[in-house]
Amino acid sequence: MKDTTLSLTVNGEARTLAGPTSVAALLAGLGFDARKVAVERNEAIVPRSVYGETWLAPGDALEIVHFIGGG
Amino acid sequence: MDPRIEPTAADEDGWTVAGRRFRSRLIVGTGKYKDLEQTAAAIEASGAEIVTVAVRRVNLADPGAPMLQDYVDPKRVMYLPNTAGCHTAQEAVRTLRLAREAGGWNLVKLEVLGPPPTLYPDMAATVEAAAALIQDGFEVMVYCADDPVAAKRLEAMGCVAIMPLGAPIGSGLGIQNPAMLSMLIEQTAVPLLVDAGVGTASDAAIAMELGCDAVLLNSAIAMAKDPIRMARAMRLAVEAGREAFLAGRMARRMGADPSSPLTGLIRR
Repeated sequence: MKDTTLSLTVNGEARTLAGPTSVAALLAGLGFDARKVAVERNEAIVPRSVYGETWLAPGDALEIVHFIGGG
Repeated sequence: MDPRIEPTAADEDGWTVAGRRFRSRLIVGTGKYKDLEQTAAAIEASGAEIVTVAVRRVNLADPGAPMLQDYVDPKRVMYLPNTAGCHTAQEAVRTLRLAREAGGWNLVKLEVLGPPPTLYPDMAATVEAAAALIQDGFEVMVYCADDPVAAKRLEAMGCVAIMPLGAPIGSGLGIQNPAMLSMLIEQTAVPLLVDAGVGTASDAAIAMELGCDAVLLNSAIAMAKDPIRMARAMRLAVEAGREAFLAGRMARRMGADPSSPLTGLIRR
């Protein structure tokens, strides 16, 4: 496989990943439980059911969120 | 329990929002607590079946940090995601789409606020956001001003609950607008909740005595010296207020009316 790296942003932070990487692999690599977060890629929701087959592309802007205390 | 005590109306009483039935008429927020253990204990003591939650970025630097779900089980209490911090319709829709994916439900609390120091509901932006959310399939419980015209518009648009403030968010000033709330209750067919302003138990009771379907509060519990005890007080106050509303208060009269018979008095 040819050596590819991916530069993208996660929650506003620049990140470089070894590619190709799926959303599922990104979450696992970051240490998050996919069942407890939601992911937006370039302002579009990534349904949890397709995390494994959603491949990240250079320049992607990802948001990973969860529920916290609030009123 | 004393067998002579009949089940109270509150035991069987309930309310329905967007087709979902709830026994507890108290909705509590999950913010401002010392830690997640205290959050969970306060919710338990409040008896609430619905809790509001916020949606925020995860902390990438600390993926192992405890999460709200680890302490407050969404299978036991229903999470009501809010749009706290959103100032435009677009932000509100984006936030709640993420919440829907994270939680898998579409019943949400919309709030679009103006600037400090009042954080008063921005009704123009709220109407715009409600339209966008309803269009996108959300069931919207809406935080709003005690403005009967705006409230009617939100109801006509299809909001599933109208939630005016009793006083500014986090102020604890109590129910400052009982007359306006009464008029809103009168004109509103969907559930009407007081959301914001409650400072102590009597405030929650007043809201319920006016005829609100439920009360939503956070700071009054979280900022009390003993939040768990205040959570219990709020549960009792909401039940007491509801019972008093159902019982129907006595008429006010100008002057005294003795409670004991005036006949049979001993005389010299």
